[in-house]
Amino acid sequence: MSSFLTIFLIVFPLATAFALLVFQGARTRIFTVVGSSVLIAAGSLGLLALNAQQNIIRLNLEAPWVAIAMLAVELALAAYIFYVGIRTKRYIASVLVAIQALLMVVFEWRFGHALHVEHTIFIDTFSVIMTLIIGVIGSLIAVYALGYMDSFHKHHRKECADRRPLFFFVLFVFLSAMFGIVLSNNLLWLYFFWEITTICSFILIGYKQTPESQDNAFRALIYNLLGGLFFAAGIVMLYFSAQTVEMDKLMFMHKTSVLLPVAFLCFAGIIKSAQMPFSSWLLGAMVAPTPVSALLHSSTMVKAGVYLVVRFAGVLENTMVGLGIALIGATTFLLTSIIAITQSDAKKILAYSTIANLGLIIMCAGIGTYEAAWAAVLLIIFHAVAKCLLFLCVGVVEHKIHSRNVEDMSGLIITMPKLSIMLQIGMAGMFLAPFGMLISKWAVLKALVDYNPLLSIFLVFGSSATLFFWVKWMGRLICIVDEREDLEDGIRRSEWLALTSLSVMTIGVCAFFPAIAAILIEPFIQEMYHTTVSMGQGNLIIMAIMLAMVMLFPLSFLNYGKKVKVVDAYLAGANTPKGTAFYDSFGAAKDMHMKSFYLERYLQETKIFRIGIAVCIALMIAATLVAMT
Amino acid sequence: MTTLFLALIYFLAAPLVGAFLAGVDRKLTSRLQGRVGPPLWQPVFDVMKLLEKENLVVRRSQNFYIVYYLILVIFTGGLFFTGKDMLLVIFALTLASIFFVLAGYKASSPYSFIGAQRELLQIVAYEPAVLLAAIGFYMATGTFNVAAIAQTPRMLVLVLPGIFLSFLYILAIKMRKSPFDLSTSHHAHQELVKGITTEFSGQTLAMIEIAHWYETVFVLGMVYLFFAKSIAIGLIATVMVYFLIIFVDNAFARVKWELALASSWIVAFIFGAGNIVWLFVLGRSS
Repeated sequence: MSSFLTIFLIVFPLATAFALLVFQGARTRIFTVVGSSVLIAAGSLGLLALNAQQNIIRLNLEAPWVAIAMLAVELALAAYIFYVGIRTKRYIASVLVAIQALLMVVFEWRFGHALHVEHTIFIDTFSVIMTLIIGVIGSLIAVYALGYMDSFHKHHRKECADRRPLFFFVLFVFLSAMFGIVLSNNLLWLYFFWEITTICSFILIGYKQTPESQDNAFRALIYNLLGGLFFAAGIVMLYFSAQTVEMDKLMFMHKTSVLLPVAFLCFAGIIKSAQMPFSSWLLGAMVAPTPVSALLHSSTMVKAGVYLVVRFAGVLENTMVGLGIALIGATTFLLTSIIAITQSDAKKILAYSTIANLGLIIMCAGIGTYEAAWAAVLLIIFHAVAKCLLFLCVGVVEHKIHSRNVEDMSGLIITMPKLSIMLQIGMAGMFLAPFGMLISKWAVLKALVDYNPLLSIFLVFGSSATLFFWVKWMGRLICIVDEREDLEDGIRRSEWLALTSLSVMTIGVCAFFPAIAAILIEPFIQEMYHTTVSMGQGNLIIMAIMLAMVMLFPLSFLNYGKKVKVVDAYLAGANTPKGTAFYDSFGAAKDMHMKSFYLERYLQETKIFRIGIAVCIALMIAATLVAMT
Repeated sequence: MTTLFLALIYFLAAPLVGAFLAGVDRKLTSRLQGRVGPPLWQPVFDVMKLLEKENLVVRRSQNFYIVYYLILVIFTGGLFFTGKDMLLVIFALTLASIFFVLAGYKASSPYSFIGAQRELLQIVAYEPAVLLAAIGFYMATGTFNVAAIAQTPRMLVLVLPGIFLSFLYILAIKMRKSPFDLSTSHHAHQELVKGITTEFSGQTLAMIEIAHWYETVFVLGMVYLFFAKSIAIGLIATVMVYFLIIFVDNAFARVKWELALASSWIVAFIFGAGNIVWLFVLGRSS
């Protein structure tokens, strides 16, 4: 059963992808995407059920042809990237891919036959968590994409060719590769799937085929190929220092000799998760259609990076290398949280906040204590749900108001009431007590003060900064400048379906947090550290009370307009009949304007970014040097 | 049972203490300014009068946020005085403050809008110092539990002088006192009219006032925690801190928000975080 499900989760999305490439009719596509999404979600739930019976599943799906097929696909993709790099004069991409391909081929050729892999598949509760995120959230995004891409092409008819068959093909190939990443135990397999996600990301970022999207696609590609190089080098070094390429063996190896390969694998993860100094690729990736941003660049692909680092949390625990990696995450969290204050583009804010939260996870993984690992997994779950909801909401809003500038979202509570409430749920999920991310930050803080309180200083200042941009945005949504018509008409059913489910999930993961912690996170921590974390019964009750209170807020609207007298806002002058304008000293009507603070004069994006790059490069070098000695 | 009892006492007594302190503040301030000043219980009379006034709004739902602000502020203090987890107390406080800010946004008036943003900046300004205080307490006592912190046999201010200083610095923000009364002010003639509270009136303005009393009692409770070893010293120190805030309020002009934000972060970083580094190094070497 377990091997069937594993193969199903990897192969079925791939089959769907090819089906979508072959049958390009719109109706067939809807049918296929919805049907497959349901099956994929069901498959990941099936794995959860299986996990309840058997906490750790190890399988060997090795067959001689698998390795050969993988190598062949890898080489074909490498050749493709090499060609594209040459054709577009992006030679760095060609060079990087050539080195990698060479490295892997030589490795397979010289040592492949001597390599004995006991288990190719390793499924524990952490894999199951990741599978659920990919299977459930990923399928919801795929369904959402049906409606979204339809209106996307209506909006961008002129500048963007309709290549939807390719889009959905890549989307499902990506899902397959993601399942591969989180289920593989053989690092060579993991690496194979890892590279496929890189290429999927490259194609999807460049989907619009404008010069800007091409540039950004290549930037993402080059950075991630560099990550792939770290990965490949890490595997080779690991083989020499520990004679294994199996993750489950490496996870429990507490030898200093494996620190260097692990550091390299973590660097690969850091690049995938767009940590500083590599963050710029993720910001550029925001040119992609929004479902891509939600799926690849917030909920799943970037999570593959942190997944890998969290896997090695046990190895990193109490090492200087781990501390270096934790500091990279901490610096990234602090700086990107501060930069996000200066942004007005909604997707950019989300991107910065994503990088920041991934930084937090990396910090936890680098620390590697059981409390920190617990917090990291918590962050992965909560962030995936809430951030995905936010991205999908912004996607719809952008199509409706033709802007994704936060300043243009005033009064969204009137023009798009349901959507703005969902946006607020998502934001609450990101920073407000007692919702998900706050529970996680609480866990992180506790983990930090127990391990090294100095790291908590990053968290204290960084999370204060996050407050600022979230509340600013939330306030924008509810602040009304003038009455406008309802814009919610014409949002597709598939979009509503995904948005509603994700809103319910954002609240649900918070309400059922104790159950999630007990069923999913604790077994993983138990398996890794033979101990577990408890939030304390009393605290959970308090959190529940708070959640109940916040959830009851809509009830106040029963009182809407009762016992109050409505007047115009005070504008320091006589208001015009319109109410939102006033007569100036010459008797002319002047509109009122409300602009948010962005503190751009004091916080310069490029400057802060440069500091982050310098600090994090130094940290990477230091971590490597420490690992070598 | 004791928890419930404590919560009830707090619920009833805190607004009285808060109002009394506000009255003392007004009396003292007038004396410092060479005036006679209002009766001691004037704040209570003010609130009672507000309760009878007509409730004017710009947006029909703006008052709901204030109701939540009040409820959550009471809740925060309740958690604190019944000795719950310090971090939860802080999170509840932040949640309460955010409802207040959202009320300002919801009112959709330019003055309340800028006031709300300044209030938000102030939250960002004091948040690190408050969190660092919690971390400091944890490092000194090994627990986040307020009740346990209060029973610790050490005079915490001696272990956490830097943290105490940075907390003292942001106290003026939390109490809406000059030089940090940016978002709204008790003094007249503010450049933003009444800032964040411009569009609130009647009952709702009374709620803001009451919430403020609760908040004052809560932050003074935090101050007391630093001296909790001895009840007498604790009470004296808390009263002295309150007088100090009133004195500073009268002695300094309002600063710009830039200075408020930057200075409180710098103070929190140098003294608050510095204190934590010091404790950490001390803990390592011993």
